[in-house]
Amino acid sequence: MPEKPEPGMTILVKTVTRLTAWLILLYGIYIVLHGHISPGGGFAGGVIIALSFIHLMLAYGKEVVFRKLSKEMVELMESTGALVFLAIALLGLTTGYFFGNFLPAGEPFNLFSAGTIPLSNIAISFKVWAGLFAVFLALVLLRIDNVGE
Amino acid sequence: MSDPVVLLPCFVAVPLAAAFVNSLLGKRIHWLSDLLGSLTPLILLGLSLLAVQAVRADSVLVYQVGGWKLPIGIAMVMDGLTSFMLVTVNMVTFAIAVYARDYMERYTSKEMFYTLFLLMLAGMNGVIVSGDLFNLFVFLEIAAVASYALVAFGTERHELEAAFKYAVMGTVGSLFILLGIVFLYSVTSTLNMADMGQMLAKQKDTNLILMVSVLFLMGFGLKAALVPFHAWLPDAHPSAPAPISAMLSGVLIKTLGIYALSRIFFNVIGLTPAVSSILMFLGTLSMVVGVLLAIGQRDLKRLLAYSSISQIGYVVLGIGLATPLGILGGLLHLFNHSVFKALLFLNSGALEYATGTRDLEAMGGLRKKMPVTSTTSFVASMSIAGMPPFGGFWSKLLIIMAAVQAGHLGYALWAVIVSVLTLALFARVIKNAFLGNLDDRWQGVREVPAFMQASMMALAFICLVSGTLLIPGIREVFLNQATEIFVKGSDYSILILGNI
Repeated sequence: MPEKPEPGMTILVKTVTRLTAWLILLYGIYIVLHGHISPGGGFAGGVIIALSFIHLMLAYGKEVVFRKLSKEMVELMESTGALVFLAIALLGLTTGYFFGNFLPAGEPFNLFSAGTIPLSNIAISFKVWAGLFAVFLALVLLRIDNVGE
Repeated sequence: MSDPVVLLPCFVAVPLAAAFVNSLLGKRIHWLSDLLGSLTPLILLGLSLLAVQAVRADSVLVYQVGGWKLPIGIAMVMDGLTSFMLVTVNMVTFAIAVYARDYMERYTSKEMFYTLFLLMLAGMNGVIVSGDLFNLFVFLEIAAVASYALVAFGTERHELEAAFKYAVMGTVGSLFILLGIVFLYSVTSTLNMADMGQMLAKQKDTNLILMVSVLFLMGFGLKAALVPFHAWLPDAHPSAPAPISAMLSGVLIKTLGIYALSRIFFNVIGLTPAVSSILMFLGTLSMVVGVLLAIGQRDLKRLLAYSSISQIGYVVLGIGLATPLGILGGLLHLFNHSVFKALLFLNSGALEYATGTRDLEAMGGLRKKMPVTSTTSFVASMSIAGMPPFGGFWSKLLIIMAAVQAGHLGYALWAVIVSVLTLALFARVIKNAFLGNLDDRWQGVREVPAFMQASMMALAFICLVSGTLLIPGIREVFLNQATEIFVKGSDYSILILGNI
């Protein structure tokens, strides 16, 4: 046994994670982009994207994840997602309605169709993955001795 | 912007945009979060005054979100009750936001406070303008979740404990509401409130409506802190920072509790005599229990929290009477209570800011040191106790008169007794905090900063003049339009669906 074990879980978990984390991330992105033509969407895909980061953090410890994605970046993504969603809704006012569809509707069942729905899904997914990951970070980083001073 | 119907989405979009811009930039640009925090409620107050004007011309405005036709799409509705609530909420919120500018300097992460504050405002405005039952629930949750976080804002042990208790009880209440909505959706296959009202009028199965009524009474009763469901309030209100106590007590329990409850019972389900008498009974019970529990308190904010339960009882009694006069009194008391209870919580915050304590027994003689706080606190106390020139007198008088007219002499008697007890309660507050001899350790106490004073003075002024809302000419514009919506009851749906 080494004196100071390196952070994270065993080599088995790390190896498997190295293979699966990207697959989970990719699957999440797939769910987000196909939200308007198949089950899923911004929320479900966003949760899966957040899970890939959480997966990485569980296996490798928080320093590895923070090198790829800082806490400030997560906060930035969360607010940006919400603002982009609101901006799409407000751009709808150009058609006369809040949330109105200002893009061409396109062919049904095509990837590039359904007007503003895919864009809204992407905005929601940013809000959801960043929000969920921020909740996880808050739970991980909060130490009990910071409370009740 | 020629069509006033465009106002409707602004009530949700403006505070949401401000909240997220604030969370994005507030940490780097400090003046921005102060500016957004106070400016947004001011803009919304202006918009709600425009809305009053628009409702006066058109009586009902319906906005179809995304251009989807009713009853399939999501609707936002503006009628007399909506504009009344919007003015109340945004006016009180503006005063509180100005107060918070200086008060919240004592806490860290002030920009986070404003983000949550604006989200809570967005949620409340959303509840008020929503014409869709599920959207109402979503906005209710936005406001409620923001308020759970705000109660815990100090992050000390008792604050976290109170917030946890509030979060658990609030979530249980929300679940009851969601379950009620699920049942209604399963029989009517629609979520639009107007359409649902028409479907339910044809509905023969009264057992289901009874079940849903009980679920909504529990759920919204919990949000409004009516007596059997009030246990979260006396912990949550004192633990929050003073501006948030004022928000919770002043507008949140009214929007999430009373507005949503009465909107659903009057305009969607249709008020039955049974529900009406339950509302009157719960209202009177809250009134009596709240004031009796308040009398023994030493902690000023806890005393005010119990007194909120008692005053909410008046509002529910007035609305539960379901006569035009009773509803008028209930709504006016809702407005008055928003103003004077917000002011009293801001006063308690000012006392805590200056002296560092909320213990009534420890204070005394602060009148000379804090003239603005003591004067405004006196005005608010007299208003809540129902002294004649102040607003609270007129609304209590109307409620008691309406109870007598409707033949509920017992309830009227209780309302008078509780009013006397409230006077005794607040006489004690004034005596303990402001009169008497100044203790040596308060020699160094100074009056609070200017913005806090300005906000308290503005609210005190509204307390003084709110009786004028009853003067013919002003009453038609503001209160009568709101009362009409209740009186119309189930005809509300025809009004909305006929308006597209």
